[in-house]
Amino acid sequence: MSTQIRVLLAKVGLDGHDRGVKVVARTLRDAGMDVVYSGLHRTPEEVVTAAVQEDVDILGVSLLSGVQMTVFPKIFALLRQHKVEDMIVVAGGVMPDEDVEELKRMGVAEVLLQDTPPQYIIETLTALVAARGPR
Amino acid sequence: MARPYIPSLDLIDPASKGETWAIARLISRAEAGVPEVREAIGQIYKRVGRAHVVGITGVPGSGKSTMVNRLVRRLLDDGLRVAVVAIDPSSPYSGGSILGDRIRMSDLVMHPNVFIRSMATRGAVGGMAHAALDVVDILDLAGFDKIIIETVGVGQDEVEIAKASHTTVVVSAPGLGDEIQAIKAGILEIADIHVVSKCDRSDANRTLTDIKMMLRDGVGGALTRGWAPPVIGTSSLDNEGFEELVAAFEQHLAKLDGAPGIERREQISIFRLRKAAEALMLEKLRTESDFETYGQRVAARQTDPYSAASAIVKHFSTET
Repeated sequence: MSTQIRVLLAKVGLDGHDRGVKVVARTLRDAGMDVVYSGLHRTPEEVVTAAVQEDVDILGVSLLSGVQMTVFPKIFALLRQHKVEDMIVVAGGVMPDEDVEELKRMGVAEVLLQDTPPQYIIETLTALVAARGPR
Repeated sequence: MARPYIPSLDLIDPASKGETWAIARLISRAEAGVPEVREAIGQIYKRVGRAHVVGITGVPGSGKSTMVNRLVRRLLDDGLRVAVVAIDPSSPYSGGSILGDRIRMSDLVMHPNVFIRSMATRGAVGGMAHAALDVVDILDLAGFDKIIIETVGVGQDEVEIAKASHTTVVVSAPGLGDEIQAIKAGILEIADIHVVSKCDRSDANRTLTDIKMMLRDGVGGALTRGWAPPVIGTSSLDNEGFEELVAAFEQHLAKLDGAPGIERREQISIFRLRKAAEALMLEKLRTESDFETYGQRVAARQTDPYSAASAIVKHFSTET
């Protein structure tokens, strides 16, 4: 039985920088995960719909445009609406420290900022899925 | 925010009502090969068989995903519910994958009658994933009328898709080969419908002609008796040819439900059974055999590959 981790990596809104998220995608692939990439300029609705259909373990949202405090509340509301409150949400990109704390209070499991070593990303995601248990 | 494990049998009801989270969760368990899901698949199997399963295959870069995007739009216009299973390759080294077909279908995501699921091959050969047939049943249960399986970009002889789908579409793109490519055995033979994509390109006529000549020479079209595979040119850029393609689906489906078509449905079931048996045996092989121990002995030439394999197989065949 395979316990392969499935991840959706998403870019939301008017943010055209995807070099980082593509590097993360390859890193996770090379760690043996199935990675669905959303492409650029998606809406929160599109991202959550895709995450639900793909039934990913982890929804990773990469943001470099500073709209995290608008986007994440929407994402959590949509996840509840789709009855998938158990999905693990991880944020990545560049954001101020005070937002990081607020995001964690909101339910973001982990915020992985710039300069996070690839191995740390792999270990963090693997640990989050292990802590959640089978589903 | 963890929640208790929901038994697969309890997911059947919400999935049959079209609840996306339940459909998606059943698919994940089938894909992972969780033994617990098999009873649910068994129950689902007895309830389904209504959907039309269309396999779409072709070489990498032939335009499959973009074409599927247009095709699904056209089917939605008829009020149909459409599911797409898009298969991408797993890395042979890490086992991981990047599933990118969704990007080309992103304008379909928000349509309420569409469900798109990406799958990785996970070591399966033949262009399909092991669990693709279970996934088809789950989507059938959920009420999808058309289920489109898009294979990985294939080479010349990954032909399993034809054993798993009611109607197989082989996509060829202009500029990839000459008439000798078209008379080789393999993938071109399995088509119930030939599509030449990118017909906005000037060299598309040549490809259309090559395939028509191939059919005239009697290569291909053997899978559904009494059916002559049509050759349809499409352009995803100009949105052309899809009317004709959808009409060909319906003609082929009508043929399938006639007397010779019954055989095809039986063939699909036999393939299904074979796959299920393989899955059970492989699982036992993986979990109960010590390939590393035997492998070391083979490497040291203390034993040979056939004797070691025979010992492994004997071990698990006496176990049950």
